Amino acid sequence: MAEPRIDVRVETNDAPPADAKKHPNTCPKCQSHYRDDELEESLWVCSHCGHHFPMRARARIVSVADEGSFTEEAADLRSDDPLDFFDLRPYGERLAEAELGTGLGEAIVIGRATVEGNPCELAVMDFAFMGGSMGSAVGEKFARACDSAVEQGVPLVSVSASGGARMQEGILALMQLPKTIVAVADLHDAGCAYVSVLAHPTTGGVLASFASLGDVLLAEPGALMSFAGPRVVQQTTREKLPDDFGLSEANLRYGHVDAIVPRPELKSQLARLLRLFANGK
Amino acid sequence: MASEAELRLRDRLSKLKSIGLLGGTKVSGELERLQKQLDRITAEPSEDEIWRSVELARHQDRPYTLDYVERLFDDWVELHGDRGRADDAAIVAGLGKLDDRTVVLVGHQKGRDVKERTKRNFGMAYPEGYRKAMRVMKLADRFDFPVITLVDTPGAYPGVAAEQHGQGGAIAASQATMLRLGVPIVSVVIGEGGSGGAIAIAVGDRVLMQENAIYSVISPEGCAAILWRDASEAKKAAAAFKPDAAHCLELGVIDGIVPEPSGGAHTDPDEAARLLGIAVREALEDLDGLPVDELSRRRRARFRSIGVFA
Repeated sequence: MAEPRIDVRVETNDAPPADAKKHPNTCPKCQSHYRDDELEESLWVCSHCGHHFPMRARARIVSVADEGSFTEEAADLRSDDPLDFFDLRPYGERLAEAELGTGLGEAIVIGRATVEGNPCELAVMDFAFMGGSMGSAVGEKFARACDSAVEQGVPLVSVSASGGARMQEGILALMQLPKTIVAVADLHDAGCAYVSVLAHPTTGGVLASFASLGDVLLAEPGALMSFAGPRVVQQTTREKLPDDFGLSEANLRYGHVDAIVPRPELKSQLARLLRLFANGK
Repeated sequence: MASEAELRLRDRLSKLKSIGLLGGTKVSGELERLQKQLDRITAEPSEDEIWRSVELARHQDRPYTLDYVERLFDDWVELHGDRGRADDAAIVAGLGKLDDRTVVLVGHQKGRDVKERTKRNFGMAYPEGYRKAMRVMKLADRFDFPVITLVDTPGAYPGVAAEQHGQGGAIAASQATMLRLGVPIVSVVIGEGGSGGAIAIAVGDRVLMQENAIYSVISPEGCAAILWRDASEAKKAAAAFKPDAAHCLELGVIDGIVPEPSGGAHTDPDEAARLLGIAVREALEDLDGLPVDELSRRRRARFRSIGVFA
């Protein structure tokens, strides 16, 4: 069926070796190594090659919100375990470990803030919490962020970083797709704008729901944003994947995002958009 | 989960009775069947029983969308293409008469033999399929035709071209489109309700499942490969995430279970179609006469409220 419009098949000899785990502060692209404070200073962007390291939700909020302007909402909301899910370990244990490891109650942090003086609602995901996966609590918190934006009459800015729906919640996790889409529909009906920022990675159920429905979509450089991950595609189709498969650069070329915004420019770009949308209805 | 689950299902059953979804004279046997489902749940279905649903849902002789179309609709006219790029044969869409009423049908379609399976891409749609679905559902909206969707897919197609054409965005947009339709929507999972590829056309006012259908966030094999690091643990994975109709009803994800002939829909497609027709007609009757804004409000409230958290 549908022919690929542009088939970019680049043979390459420098495929990443399946090497041992690197130190998290070592750039996977150019091998530059950084101290913690150096990375924090550079917003977790490699100052040598521009690679964007994963950024934690709290750090992201600090980097875009005006100092002291962020007021968190629904901080007490936690996941439940409706299926009594047990794989190699119980889901409850994984949740507890994620909370201890990240200091977050869930894979998303929401609240009100200002960006260069422009009020908005923020919903920021954290990949470190169970791969940023979306279960009932993440869906509910995102929906509450939409409600809060409507209540305040301000735009919503989300930053997604997620492997997709949370398997441990089974079909209820899938139902968070339409749930968050309802919330975006209500937001739009109330005349509030929605800017969706896609960070690495935004895949599966999060890409197939709210993250794709922003009035404006911004992506971080090198962020994977595909419905199916490269490994699944490779295993299912045995196709040779383009080197930039699913990356934000490819998505810009195919028309799926409005712009790629390097992290140090994100705050000013968001502020510009918030000023522009402030003149809407 | 024994007693709590039982209470929840009883509660659910009583609600179903009160909305009359399955309460019509023609389906008085249906509650009896639900009662059987209830009994099965309170007995906590075994790994084997859940796996049997998985096998029946994927049975090679199971009736597919067009098998039901030919048995339920008169004057069927299939509509092709997304008006942009292609006609995706993994999703069929068209107009037909259900009794004397024009309805729009959208459904996944699998193939019966090797050639047709390839043509239908095993029921795994490209973004073009979801764009065709959206186009035809908007047509329904313009002419006030109710929409019936039949869900039967292992999932949206995971391929390079599918990603280049915007698979994630198309699935999101299709759900958003369904939420905004001003006509009644009845969705029925008739086989595999595989993840995003399924929910893309399952945002209905009434969502039903056939008795032996499954509805899940990931395939049992996929879940096993990730969480057990071994795809052959699929049976264990299915038992853990509970994709069967009884559990989906209990979790409030679906509104009712459509009975199948004993032994599964493939043993008697005519009877399976008759039972499906009864359930769809009842659901449509139930939604008739609701003002558009009330329909929309209830549809949004239905999906906004799904989830369990602390």
